[in-house]
Amino acid sequence: MNIVIVGHIDHGKSTLIGRLLYDTNSIPQDKIEEIKEICKAKGKKLEFSFFLDYLQEEREQGITIDSSRIFFKTKKRDYTIIDSPGHVEFIKNMITGASKAEAAILIIDAKEGIKEQTKRHAYILSLLGLNQTTVVINKMDLIDYKENRFLEIKDKLTKVLESIGITSLHFVPIVATDGENIVKKSENMPWYNGKTLIEYLDSFKQTNKHHSALRFVVQGTYKLDKKEIIVGKIESGEIKKGDKITILPNNSKTTVASIEKFLENPNKAGVGESIGITTTNKTPVKRGDIICKEDDMPKINQLINAKIFWMSDKPLNIKDKLNLKLATQEVSATIEKINLVIDSSTFQEIRSNSNNLNNNEVGIVTIKTLNPVVFDDFKKIAETGRFVIEKDMQIVAGGTVTNL
Amino acid sequence: MDHLTALENRSIYIIREAYYRFKKIAMLWSIGKDSTTLLWLVRKAFFGRIPFPVVHIDTGYKFPEMIEWRDRYAKTWHLNLIIGRNEEAIKKGITPEDKLSCCNELKTKALKQIISKNKFKALLLGIRRDEHGIRAKERVFSPRDINFRWDYKNQPPELWDYYKSNQDDEEHIRVHPLLDWTELDVWEYIKRERIPIVPLYFARNGKRYRSIGCKCCCSPIDSNADDINKIIEELKKTDISERAGRAQDKETVYMMQKLRSLGYM
Repeated sequence: MNIVIVGHIDHGKSTLIGRLLYDTNSIPQDKIEEIKEICKAKGKKLEFSFFLDYLQEEREQGITIDSSRIFFKTKKRDYTIIDSPGHVEFIKNMITGASKAEAAILIIDAKEGIKEQTKRHAYILSLLGLNQTTVVINKMDLIDYKENRFLEIKDKLTKVLESIGITSLHFVPIVATDGENIVKKSENMPWYNGKTLIEYLDSFKQTNKHHSALRFVVQGTYKLDKKEIIVGKIESGEIKKGDKITILPNNSKTTVASIEKFLENPNKAGVGESIGITTTNKTPVKRGDIICKEDDMPKINQLINAKIFWMSDKPLNIKDKLNLKLATQEVSATIEKINLVIDSSTFQEIRSNSNNLNNNEVGIVTIKTLNPVVFDDFKKIAETGRFVIEKDMQIVAGGTVTNL
Repeated sequence: MDHLTALENRSIYIIREAYYRFKKIAMLWSIGKDSTTLLWLVRKAFFGRIPFPVVHIDTGYKFPEMIEWRDRYAKTWHLNLIIGRNEEAIKKGITPEDKLSCCNELKTKALKQIISKNKFKALLLGIRRDEHGIRAKERVFSPRDINFRWDYKNQPPELWDYYKSNQDDEEHIRVHPLLDWTELDVWEYIKRERIPIVPLYFARNGKRYRSIGCKCCCSPIDSNADDINKIIEELKKTDISERAGRAQDKETVYMMQKLRSLGYM
């Protein structure tokens, strides 16, 4: 399971992960020795964040610049933990990491409390559709392990997160540097009756909310001997030999003749599989097309209502020429209307009917595309309901399709 | 869908995306277990007919068993094999006393020569995040600039399955389809698919190589694991990291970062 850990700068993300690995015996002995030597040379005691902050600059400045991954396992399953930077400058690196996660850990410094990036990261998690989160309140030792401070932060954050649709959270008081309540229960907080962090991670469910509607996203066509093989990925549903299919956006209809996989001869294929298919009659098909079945079709339109997160220093202006990428479709687009602008750290609506969108702002927008786009509501089928926007070949925003 | 099948499907998707974006693409094959796994996945992605070259960077210090293996499978799998060698440096007799310089000359420079000669715009590599902390910071589609440098401080964002489009001032893009695979994943996939692997990985006389590169800079480990099942058992129990026997990682702490920022794999 992929888990991302987010939170404000210096609240202890990298230390928490380093500690998590150390306490689950997931760090090879020679690596521990290597880090011990580096710390000794700097005159520090064993610095757990060094196991992840691998760039020289990161260790020297004591900050995480880019997202990193590390693997560990409990008796229940294998985990990939994605660390992310807490500094506002590195938000796009944090989003890169978080977009791959199935669950999250939000960390807060007990002394400092809820800060700007705490809220912004939580908002990004809700935009990405991540709703399995455990909150850890760290550095409990700095506030003498006081229960009332823990409850104060817990109540405040519960209200804040409910307002952006994140509910049913667990809160764990921890001390990352000493490993309290991470894998081992703490002896300093007898008032706490909940589980350790590891126990909550093991209780997360594998998010496999699969829709039955077929969405076979075409990556291209390969000519092999006399066959034309349509290659792509099944993002939703399943496909069988003999199925009647519709190729969008052109609405051509045909039947599946075969399912192609090297050295195999399958009769069907399901969600997550990268396959090839051939059809009974030659039908025009190209990269970007989406193949589905008549009983549950996606939307096709040149106007898309969406929520976007702007991640570029250069602000968006309403006249800008952009590139929209949704599934394997790529189309020229402009933002026709910015209905509402939301500050991602206060969750406040700060402008309406705006002509621009700035870095770290969320826009409720209407996108106009040059050609029709095939898509779904993000809440219905995430893979065909999310997209990125490029400007001058750089990704400047990520977004999800809304229903309004 | 089981874990290995999920990894396999995702890697095939990435390989096909890379081929769509960059027709001038090649795959780097070091004859090691990871790049051979990558080669297997590339064969699957293109139904056995790989439409681009497979490049081997030969430093002249490779194990003879690797060369023999390379030539055998290049033939069996009908590969369009290109061998890159920095002939100038080899003639000058460069040796691994100064590892930074040796790796840079015989590997990185040789790669640069091949790329510029063939005008490749993208390369498929089999590196993984868990091999080395610095590789953990990588992107799946990772640009290298005109000077072959990796701008690790300013990497492009990578959301969901959306990868970087090309850009003019980039020298080339590195594509890493195995980035999320672990060492154990690779061995279990090799076992499942019966992928032929060079025998150096299997124990002979109480020793085997866990990671292979140039003969002079690779140290074998003590082991009696002489088949894949035993290797997997050993891996599940081990307390030592995979590249512990690789000298270039050790010379100085940030050696890998320096090497990678100069264009190393």
